Amino acid sequence: MIDLTNNTISSARDGLKSGDFTAVELVNEHLRKMEKLSFLNAFITETPDIALRRAEESDARRASGNALGSMDGIPIAVKDLFCTKGTLTTAGSHILDDFVPTYESTVSANLHNSGALMLGKTNLDEFAMGSANITSYFGNVINPWKCEDDKDLVPGGSSGGSAAVVAGRMALGATGTDTGGSIRQPASFTGIVGLKPTYGRCSRWGIIAFASSLDQAGPMTRTVRDAAIMLGAMAGHDVKDSTSAPVKVPDFEAALNGDIKELKVGIPREYRVEGMSSEIESLWEEGIAMMKSAGAKIIDVSLPNTQHALPTYYIIAPAEASANLARYDGVRYGLRIEGDSLDHMYANTRGEGFGVEVQRRVLIGTYVLSAGYYDAYYRKAQRVRRLISEDFTNAFKSVDLLLTPTAPSAAFAIGEKLDDPITMYQNDVFTVPSSLAGMPAISLPGGVNTRGLPLGLQLIGRPFDEETLLRGAEVLETAVNFDVLPDMAS
Amino acid sequence: MSLDRETVRNIANLARINVAKDNLDHLAKELSSILEWVEQLNGVDTNGVEPLASVIDMKLPLRKDEVTDGDCRDKVLENGPEIEDGYFAVPKVIE
Amino acid sequence: MSYIIQGETGDWEVIIGLEVHAQILSESKLFSGSKVSFGAEPNTHVSLVDAAMPGMLPVINNYCVEQAVRTGLGLNAKINLTSVFDRKNYFYADLPQGYQISQLYHPIVGEGTVILDLEDGSTRKVGVERLHIEQDAGKSMHDQDPKRSFIDLNRSGTGLMEIVSRPDLRSPEDVGAYLRKLRSILRYLGTCDGNMDQGSLRCDVNISVRRVGEAELRNRAEVKNVNSVRFAMQAVEIEARRQVEVYEDGGEVVQETRLFDSVKGETRSMRSKEFAHDYRYFPDPDLLPLELSQEYVDNIKATLPELPDVRKDRYMTSFGLSSYDAGVLVAERDTARYFEELVKGQDPKLAANWIISNLFAVLKERGVGIAESPISAESLSKLLDLLKNNIISSRIAKDVFEIMVKEGKEADVIVEEKGLKQITDAGAIEAAVNKVIANSPQQV
Ligand SMILES: [Mg+2]
Ligand SMILES: [Zn+2]
Repeated sequence: MIDLTNNTISSARDGLKSGDFTAVELVNEHLRKMEKLSFLNAFITETPDIALRRAEESDARRASGNALGSMDGIPIAVKDLFCTKGTLTTAGSHILDDFVPTYESTVSANLHNSGALMLGKTNLDEFAMGSANITSYFGNVINPWKCEDDKDLVPGGSSGGSAAVVAGRMALGATGTDTGGSIRQPASFTGIVGLKPTYGRCSRWGIIAFASSLDQAGPMTRTVRDAAIMLGAMAGHDVKDSTSAPVKVPDFEAALNGDIKELKVGIPREYRVEGMSSEIESLWEEGIAMMKSAGAKIIDVSLPNTQHALPTYYIIAPAEASANLARYDGVRYGLRIEGDSLDHMYANTRGEGFGVEVQRRVLIGTYVLSAGYYDAYYRKAQRVRRLISEDFTNAFKSVDLLLTPTAPSAAFAIGEKLDDPITMYQNDVFTVPSSLAGMPAISLPGGVNTRGLPLGLQLIGRPFDEETLLRGAEVLETAVNFDVLPDMAS
Repeated sequence: MSLDRETVRNIANLARINVAKDNLDHLAKELSSILEWVEQLNGVDTNGVEPLASVIDMKLPLRKDEVTDGDCRDKVLENGPEIEDGYFAVPKVIE
Repeated sequence: MSYIIQGETGDWEVIIGLEVHAQILSESKLFSGSKVSFGAEPNTHVSLVDAAMPGMLPVINNYCVEQAVRTGLGLNAKINLTSVFDRKNYFYADLPQGYQISQLYHPIVGEGTVILDLEDGSTRKVGVERLHIEQDAGKSMHDQDPKRSFIDLNRSGTGLMEIVSRPDLRSPEDVGAYLRKLRSILRYLGTCDGNMDQGSLRCDVNISVRRVGEAELRNRAEVKNVNSVRFAMQAVEIEARRQVEVYEDGGEVVQETRLFDSVKGETRSMRSKEFAHDYRYFPDPDLLPLELSQEYVDNIKATLPELPDVRKDRYMTSFGLSSYDAGVLVAERDTARYFEELVKGQDPKLAANWIISNLFAVLKERGVGIAESPISAESLSKLLDLLKNNIISSRIAKDVFEIMVKEGKEADVIVEEKGLKQITDAGAIEAAVNKVIANSPQQV
């Protein structure tokens, strides 16, 4: 029997359409795979009942000729940062470990309305703060990929659960959120495709906020085509989000015409950072060569403020987070640890409810906004952010896309890079600049390293031009022809 | 900026996060190293550069003044840790 | 006439600035679609946004913006075409987000003026520093339970205008005049109902004292919880005297927030504010800068009603009223409306007098506003007709007026029934008699 979990969204769409299998069958096989790989700890909450019920509805729709579209009957997983009505939503935090929203996020509602079926809520770094999925209150996630030494590897973060689910064939796609690389870096670590859309493309309504000026939801899938299909279902203007762009959602899949002749692809020289590993350097070179032989013009460009992006990010994101997380105070929902005064109740609740990394960032954020330091840190970072943003605007005057590595390394072992927080922060060195500028960016597998672990390549596009981004990514995907699977996925 | 225990205690108090006394020194060291690291921005010339608060190129959308929401007390109170007579209850505040 | 506190060591003057929070008259809240209400069941007019549920986002109400612009124009203030919303961070049980969305760095309205109408008929300009839009908090109830405070979020998210005066006020009287005038302007504009007892107009009073002749400002206390004009005036008196005593006893006044206790007649340091605040303002990343066009502002300007100051000038120039009378008549829109109805065909000074000395007494006695007056402008006008035509004397007119109030009858009927006409000339009597005969032919 053919394993239905080997499908992509697009092949499952075709299979469902031609009646090769039903949505219920598709869901059941994924549920079996979830059970088999439950030790990866990729899900915080599994929702088999919801998935099966909705699969039956989908099959019924299809039988009566009313199928909804490309996502109808497709089993997906949802990062546990999206509020889901009636289903536990934790943000990976103790402080929300009993929170059941009475509302559904716009993005998950959009997916629901397109017929997608939710298999469960995926594990993540607490409040999406992390690059290894080791800060979750619900335990770390294990990467489905392994190398010879058999050590457990991190899946990346913060959307580590979603990445593991897609790489492990537990769902055909998953939602992620990306604030500084939280979709792309785990995609890179797990050999899948992860797309961070333009800021404003997907509504933030109902997504638990980390850093509001940076947070974007996006798809995590096995192929570029799937990313195009799933983004189409997630995106759209939302009047409930004042930063949601009032732009039409194009047919992203239609943009995948395989033609990148005359497309100008910029290679930002500042991404060739000091100490770049040779495996990343050669991955990048190969990617450049592939784009070139597919007909793209390769252009050397400069993004002079690249090196300032990480420190800028680590001022702005914690500052916004310190305010966004103030609502977790034990008064209206979530954990409460009693105290003998209101202030003691707050401090006890937040001291116990937030993990170490979240506390660290809230404290940094509080400090950089505090009296006497606001100008020196926060305003300064906002000024540098403008310089970084202008770098991209300037570069896109002469190129259509930028090609870079996604992450400075392959997945590392659980327990590594814990010497100090900054070592961990370096994971996002290539993803943070485009986040600060709000540009759309995608990570796709570029190959494997000598230890057999996947490495990602990143393409960055112009604002609201995900079509060109996806077109370029699909051509690169074809050239790379990444056909390796983690052993445990099959 | 190198933070001392006292400053960390003040920030933690501002952020309403209970930090154990014996963790203050460690935290001070850790936060100081992060701050020292981000302070490399001091070297960037930002003279005449306006701060950038949002990357999105659009105007603030405004909505009509209509009652479209509310009247959902059950939803509002549903997850409350302590509810009494339709109110959220908290430890008594003395003004 | 300056307000001086005579201390044991010399004379002191009082420097006062007011921060007034005016609830914007609108159907729905500033950043959510729930209803603006007063006195509803707890937590019924609360949306998930008002309760700051995870992932909820603000979307601004265009009418609240319009109301703020209208108010700014009514204060002759500069309208800032670009303004920015900031988060003001602090923890409190009735502040669900853990921050208030406000405008610190770029308020929607800049400098303006309020003209005080003082008791002696003189006027004085007081500077308005700024007006900004912000969210209201919910309400905490502290006296229902020995161990708990109860939180009601119905008010949470309601739109407020914070109107900050310059420290231009010098006496309790100034404070009263400022608050009354501001309330009058807001009511004329229809941007705030001005009901202090319902909390839709609240004020914080910043008070400091200094020796007469001193140029520098000394530390000030911010007195909160002042919910009537009278209390604001009392608070100034009490707090200023307290500060003088502190200084004269060799102490220092600390810059702090104090609570006004109207029952005990004192101000006291607020325990909940004893830790220094650090509000960590920064631009709210959930919102973008608010951009207005000059055309938008001009359109609002074109719809402004005649405001009390302009109307007062008109009453003085076209009706020859005194500054005091004109000021009293224009203070409330309903009073002005009544006067303008009454003055048609009447002597303006007489009309003004009747309203101010006679009608006001009745309204005060009954505890009603002029809109609920037992005597309409039309009825009062008929009474003044009788007076004007010498059918009754002014002494009798007052008696008739009393009877009108008591019995609700028209003046001419009362005069007829009680036989109160004054006999001045034979012709008039004859005419009156003929009129009576003509009106009741069957009785002859
Ligand atoms: Mg104040
Ligand atoms: Zn205020």
